[in-house]
Amino acid sequence: MTSEQILQYVFSGITVGSIYALVAIGYNIIYNTTGIINLAQGEFVMLGAMIAYSLSGVMSLVPAIVIAVVITAGVGSLLEIVFIRRMKKTSVLGMIVITIGISILIREAALYIWDEQIRALRFFTGNEISSIGILGARISPQVLWIIGVTSLIVAALYLFFRFTLTGQAMRACSDNIRAAKLCGVRTGRMVNLSFALAAAIGALGGCLVSPLTQTHYAMGTDLAIKGFIVAILGGLGNPMAAVVAGLLVGLIESFSVSILPMAYTDVVSIIILLIILVLLPSGLFGSRQSATLKDF
Amino acid sequence: MNWKAYRPVAILAVVLTIIQLLTLATDTAYYLTQMTMAAYYVIVAVGLCMVMGYAGQISLGQAGFFAIGGYTTAVLTTSNLTEKLETPFFGFLDRIGLLIAEENLYGETVTYITPWIALTAALVLAASVAWAIGVPVLRLKGHYLAMATMGFGIIIYRIVLGTRLFGEADGISNVPAFPLLPGVPVSSDFSVRVVNYYIAWLFVIAAMILLMNLVNSRVGRALRSLHGGEDAADAMGVDTSRYKVVVFVIGAVFAAAAGVFMTHYNGGIGPSEAGVAKSVRYVAIVAVGGMANLWGALVMGLVLNFLSLRGLFGHFDDAVFGVVLVIIMMFFPDGLFRAAVLDRLRSRLKELTAAVSGWLKRGGKGAES
Repeated sequence: MTSEQILQYVFSGITVGSIYALVAIGYNIIYNTTGIINLAQGEFVMLGAMIAYSLSGVMSLVPAIVIAVVITAGVGSLLEIVFIRRMKKTSVLGMIVITIGISILIREAALYIWDEQIRALRFFTGNEISSIGILGARISPQVLWIIGVTSLIVAALYLFFRFTLTGQAMRACSDNIRAAKLCGVRTGRMVNLSFALAAAIGALGGCLVSPLTQTHYAMGTDLAIKGFIVAILGGLGNPMAAVVAGLLVGLIESFSVSILPMAYTDVVSIIILLIILVLLPSGLFGSRQSATLKDF
Repeated sequence: MNWKAYRPVAILAVVLTIIQLLTLATDTAYYLTQMTMAAYYVIVAVGLCMVMGYAGQISLGQAGFFAIGGYTTAVLTTSNLTEKLETPFFGFLDRIGLLIAEENLYGETVTYITPWIALTAALVLAASVAWAIGVPVLRLKGHYLAMATMGFGIIIYRIVLGTRLFGEADGISNVPAFPLLPGVPVSSDFSVRVVNYYIAWLFVIAAMILLMNLVNSRVGRALRSLHGGEDAADAMGVDTSRYKVVVFVIGAVFAAAAGVFMTHYNGGIGPSEAGVAKSVRYVAIVAVGGMANLWGALVMGLVLNFLSLRGLFGHFDDAVFGVVLVIIMMFFPDGLFRAAVLDRLRSRLKELTAAVSGWLKRGGKGAES
């Protein structure tokens, strides 16, 4: 393998890994405030890209994406108000089943609205044939957009959780929701905010990758599964670990293509993940506490 | 022997007979095909119910075991051995009657291994895989276990989808009938539709009796203690990790057996049977059935699978499934078939009859007073 080839694989791995990381961050944000694994997370990615696609027909790209992200955040917050808020007694597994049900409903609604066609948002800069040479590797400018915006999101989230009052309140919720409530944190509002935030991040991710990977009403399931795997691998409850795990999975996948046929990409990555998980039962950076949470 | 415990089994048998007679009377025998397929899915669901409800271990890879069963038998019984009969091994198999020779549509002789061998191989394979995976993976908990079992399911799905031997995206078709008894094959032939309906549900009943006895045995008590508190069970001397693996293997064998018979019944199997969506479906069925509730899993498995196989709602099929999941989990988080729900229903019924009889006593003038 030449160094150019290696670089090429690295770029494609980082591209795929970034979107996995964004989905996994969404999982972690919701998991931290509620303990729920929201399997509808992949649906937010699809919704964001689809709405932006429809809007980009009547306006330029940037406002279309902004509005799509806002609408999807609204959908996330609405889901929390309609379904999640009322369920105080439901078990964790019950919650997972509800989010499965919700994801099916969103998918069916999307099928109804956007039919079965594959759609793609237009490229942010250039078009599908334009490419940039970096040290001998040829990549689409969209790849740079994906890597850049993902880094920005991650940095912004870090600052948000670290330095803003709201972010600190959300972290307080994830530490101990009861204590947070006693300290005057409006926990209900934080839970709602976490759904909106997760949905917004997913939607933005969806817009980012749409030009490269295209968007289909049923794409959410695969992303939800991959994001879930990445979130677990990083260690549940740790959004920043999800970034590392996402990039790792992306890189494993892109390099496995060079050894095995495409069809077996998932097989390689999942076998490696299972081995890691058996050796480190709480994920790469996870706490033992969240791994032993057994609430089914 | 505690006969009262078997009352639901008797009721089920009666209901199934009534359904068959109804389809006979109304000339709607095609319903039986869906009922038969639903029965095989129900076997997967009740096996998973044991794993999730009683041992408290989630498995999002049950479709993988179903596929192991189905694909093993499909591969073994569709490979033509006519030209290999000279080799000592297959010659020996032929002499002791383990090979079946038939003429196909084109007049060629097709020789294949008897499905009984394929069934045995499938079950042994599923059990070994479940054991090999269960020992390391069942140490994980909660969401981590969910991810690991789902990972196993994805691996199986990708392997059958990407391998030539398993027919890639087309799956394997032309799987021969399973000669269960002389003259009673498991196949989709119209002439044996009614028989097959009863065969499938006899399997379900046998599975239920087996599991009901298991629940009330030493193993069952150990499982319940495990579910209640693993550390406490451990401290009392229950070998928790062994019991978890045992139940996981039982669930896998049930799924594989269902896969074998379903494949012979349909005459083929495709990769969608191995998909994560199927595994998720099984988990959802057990959850809406009330988790540690074998009968709940049976009823919900039958109803939900029958509805979607029937295509009653056309392309709204998935949407209806989603709505059912959300509604049941929102309003009956412990499942529909819990004593509390039934009691509430009973007391509502009593109130209603009391109200109606009171209204009747007042000569139908209740509204005026």
